[in-house]
Amino acid sequence: MQISIQLNGRKITEDVRPDLLLIDWVREHGCYSVKRGCETSNCGLCTVFLDEKPVLSCSVLAARADGHRVDTLEGLQEEASEFGAFIADQGAEQCGFCNPGMIMNAIALFRENVDPTDDEIREYLAGNLCRCSGYEGQLRGIRAFIEYKKKGGAVCRQ
Amino acid sequence: MLKIKEYVRAESLKQAYELNQKRGNRIVGGILWMRMSSAQIQTAIDLASLGLDQIEEKEEEFSIGCMVTLRQLELHEELNRLSQGIIRDSVKDIVGVQFRNLATIGGSLFGRFGFSDVLTCFLALDTYVELYQGGIIPLAEFADRERDNDILVRVIVKKTPGRHVYLAHRNTKTDFPVLTAALLLDADGARAVVGARPQKAMCVKIEDMWKEKLENGSCTPEELKKLAETLAAQIPTGSNMRAGAEYRKHLAKVLLRRGLADLQKDGGKQNAD
Repeated sequence: MQISIQLNGRKITEDVRPDLLLIDWVREHGCYSVKRGCETSNCGLCTVFLDEKPVLSCSVLAARADGHRVDTLEGLQEEASEFGAFIADQGAEQCGFCNPGMIMNAIALFRENVDPTDDEIREYLAGNLCRCSGYEGQLRGIRAFIEYKKKGGAVCRQ
Repeated sequence: MLKIKEYVRAESLKQAYELNQKRGNRIVGGILWMRMSSAQIQTAIDLASLGLDQIEEKEEEFSIGCMVTLRQLELHEELNRLSQGIIRDSVKDIVGVQFRNLATIGGSLFGRFGFSDVLTCFLALDTYVELYQGGIIPLAEFADRERDNDILVRVIVKKTPGRHVYLAHRNTKTDFPVLTAALLLDADGARAVVGARPQKAMCVKIEDMWKEKLENGSCTPEELKKLAETLAAQIPTGSNMRAGAEYRKHLAKVLLRRGLADLQKDGGKQNAD
């Protein structure tokens, strides 16, 4: 079947199998930030934006994304690198495998809520698992980033 | 691994229904549960283009399209005002935001899953389901039915004033619940719903003699404990990898007691007028 998806601003039209998952489709197009982790829709490693909403690409048929916009970390380099620096500053990760999914979902959080409380951060990122850390480093990084924004850092896209 | 031979984005409910009568064809909702299986689907029927992804507020009810996501329910202010937040409470620990942006209310209720927070919650509201062929029936009746090839088109929540409470226990955050409990106090009386037993949620009516006391907020802690034990005794529990039947039985008493205490808070009158 033929689908047409706007991937990171570029329209791609091609034939796919009906059961092809979006994660496989975006990786076939070079978006290797999108990782396959748990295979049970739990870990958040495969987070992409579907029409600007964070979703698990391992659990979406590419066919369902037909006619829609899909963004991966590769398409959000500016926002991602700005925020990612705060995560790195805290040494918040070890292996880094969870990082792209975590950054994607954190960006989604900042777009929805520019000044989240710690509880709101924890709740929003509950679907992003990290097996190296205890999440404290990430939380410190997010807090630091929010403070930076409050003090006039570049404005997050709404 | 889920296999799909053909994918059809239905152009009408009639087309979807007709396709769904064929053996091997399946309606796909969020596919989050379906993809965990090794189902071999001939034709996957997608309802995504039928405008069923909206929550419509009418004078006497909310009409929720079957493709509305759990995240939409979580963020819907009016629905959560009506339910005193139990809709949000029931979905907020279901994996993560990314998951809830995909999981649909239609898929959650049509599956009548034992582990369902959503079924437990909506059984405690004045909820009906609109089936394409079967018309509008109470959710409780639908929950008792065997699965068939009808289509759950919409979920209807009546604006019946009442006091609602939702509680769930999980071994670990974002996991399936070990037990869920929802309580309702309205003009018709009081009810308790317990789910993840691990069988699907069931509803137990609370005797009318307790209704007035709960409304007045005058139950003593001892009475609440006794009532919770009476209710828990009517709810069969089972064992699975998350917990044993005895533990669930104990947990039912605890959650129901806490829920009843919450139900009679502020004299049980919140949103009752």
